[in-house]
Amino acid sequence: MSARAPTLPKTAGAIGLTATAILWLGLIIVLPLVVVIFEAVKEGPSPYLAALAQPDTISAIQLTLLVAAIAVPLNAIFGLAAAWCITRFEFKGKGILLTILDLPFTISPVISGLVWILLFGANGWFGGWLRENDIKIVFALPGLVLATVLVTLPFVARELIPLMIDQGTDEEVAAVTLGARGWDVFFRITLPNIKWALLYGVLLCTARAMGEFGAVSVVSGHIRGLTNTLPLQIEILHYQYESVAAFACASILTGLALITLVLKTLLEWRFAGELAAHRRH
Amino acid sequence: MSLIVQNVSKSFTNFAALHEVSFEARPREFLALLGPSGSGKTTLLRLLAGLDQPNSGSITFEGEDFLQLNARERRVGMVFQSYALFRHMTVAQNIAFGLDVRPGKERPSKADIKAKVESLLSLIQMEDFGKRFPTQLSGGQRQRVALARALAISPRLLLLDEPFGALDALVRKDLRRWLRKIHDETGVTTVFVTHDQEEALDLADRVVVLKDGEIEQIGEPLELYRQPRTAFVFDFLGHANIAQGALSGGKVAFDGFSVPAASSAADGQVTVRFRPFDSEVSRTGPGFAGKVLSVLPAGANLRLEVRLSDGTVYETQHAHSSDASTLHAGDDVFVRPTKVYAFA
Repeated sequence: MSARAPTLPKTAGAIGLTATAILWLGLIIVLPLVVVIFEAVKEGPSPYLAALAQPDTISAIQLTLLVAAIAVPLNAIFGLAAAWCITRFEFKGKGILLTILDLPFTISPVISGLVWILLFGANGWFGGWLRENDIKIVFALPGLVLATVLVTLPFVARELIPLMIDQGTDEEVAAVTLGARGWDVFFRITLPNIKWALLYGVLLCTARAMGEFGAVSVVSGHIRGLTNTLPLQIEILHYQYESVAAFACASILTGLALITLVLKTLLEWRFAGELAAHRRH
Repeated sequence: MSLIVQNVSKSFTNFAALHEVSFEARPREFLALLGPSGSGKTTLLRLLAGLDQPNSGSITFEGEDFLQLNARERRVGMVFQSYALFRHMTVAQNIAFGLDVRPGKERPSKADIKAKVESLLSLIQMEDFGKRFPTQLSGGQRQRVALARALAISPRLLLLDEPFGALDALVRKDLRRWLRKIHDETGVTTVFVTHDQEEALDLADRVVVLKDGEIEQIGEPLELYRQPRTAFVFDFLGHANIAQGALSGGKVAFDGFSVPAASSAADGQVTVRFRPFDSEVSRTGPGFAGKVLSVLPAGANLRLEVRLSDGTVYETQHAHSSDASTLHAGDDVFVRPTKVYAFA
């Protein structure tokens, strides 16, 4: 690890800036968090629990977890494959692939949802064929998964690529000359070297997958108890003035986010040297 | 012959890395591939290891066509400049790797692997380091582990890619001796890539000098040193002083004196080269007139720098006990080569 970065002397200006930053964070992040928890439990624990026990809410939680459980492994595998081919091979179009990989970060999630409607919706390119064959994609689980996959596509690959570039190929080449086969090289050399970075990427990907609203909202169709994920359920409850229920659901999402944050911090603290994000000094 | 490389060429998208390279390595030989960066020596090593394929030519080892075998099947031990130790494995696990990954029926028993690792640890004099991780070792120790790891698979051929490049001078010299000893003990045919002429001459049985993807000369260290075939080899193997003269009948005539020449050039005006230790200095001449710039110790010798009136600086070497020891910076002297080389 690098030496501690030199710091500027503590002047009044520095203290002022620090105070401003803390106040700003308090206002923008901590205050909303407190409001969510406060609103959720302000009428006591039983209305809170009753709100969570509604069948629609329970199915929304289940759907959210199901979508994440499908989308995250897909993106973990894709991210690994993409990082592998980008860092281990030279080919034409590598730059374009890298740029496309970042697209989901830059386009609006609404677009990420809309493309699936345009492709698979009733009037979409493949809409007729899908209807004839009785396959449902939009307004159903496959659509939710597709939208989520698209939005969370870059997380794993983006975490792995800088680390794998940094580690180079020498260890893998050495393993090959020592007689290791492809899978041996991957499972014994590559994977152990990137496992914490992979977990880190998966964690960020999961957090985003569970919280995704925009893209999912477009393809969901908002069928209660069927295609409503937790973020969508919160919106519906909010518009029905079921404030306690809405905030109860919100507290679940917030709780998931906080757990992610704790895990992420633990990873950063314990394995800083093996995570890409911390190698760029 | 154990390794035969014939007419091997390799080009990448926009440049030719190797052109019609042919050489042989004898059984148990320690062969150095010497050349500046970009000479193609690492490309050649990668071809031998099976990490790349040549565009044309053949590589055989003990009569077997190496090009038909992939990197895994060649059973070649490779040591990298970067060590390339598996960072998440202990020293012992690193050394055992090549045996551990063998498919079921070829894999030695756990006890055999353990015994092999222990004998290799003692070979590299690191018996107590088996449980350490690579990050807990010095550079020299890491390279020793890398060598033990490569030797664990009982390689038919050992390839070393600038193995001491990342080490400091003292450790380097020490490891060089040690590597030569290990080679003599194990007897495995070794090909060693380096850009350091001193290292190549010091270690190798024979040296292959490469320039721009072609072989300049192959020979034993002394042979290369005494009978360099090209100006490049001469310049690459040591300091070269350069002068102009008239070649005729095996002698080169300069202004007022002539010197015997080892020559491959035709008679006439030639550019000649001479070594610092193939020269004399005197206060009276004949010779190239100049002024002493510095008198410095160079091991067993004195090293002088002399600047001629046209600005050329010659380096010369003399015994501490010679007349040169009475010279000081600023003295007027004459430099006279005792032997010069002229290349076609």
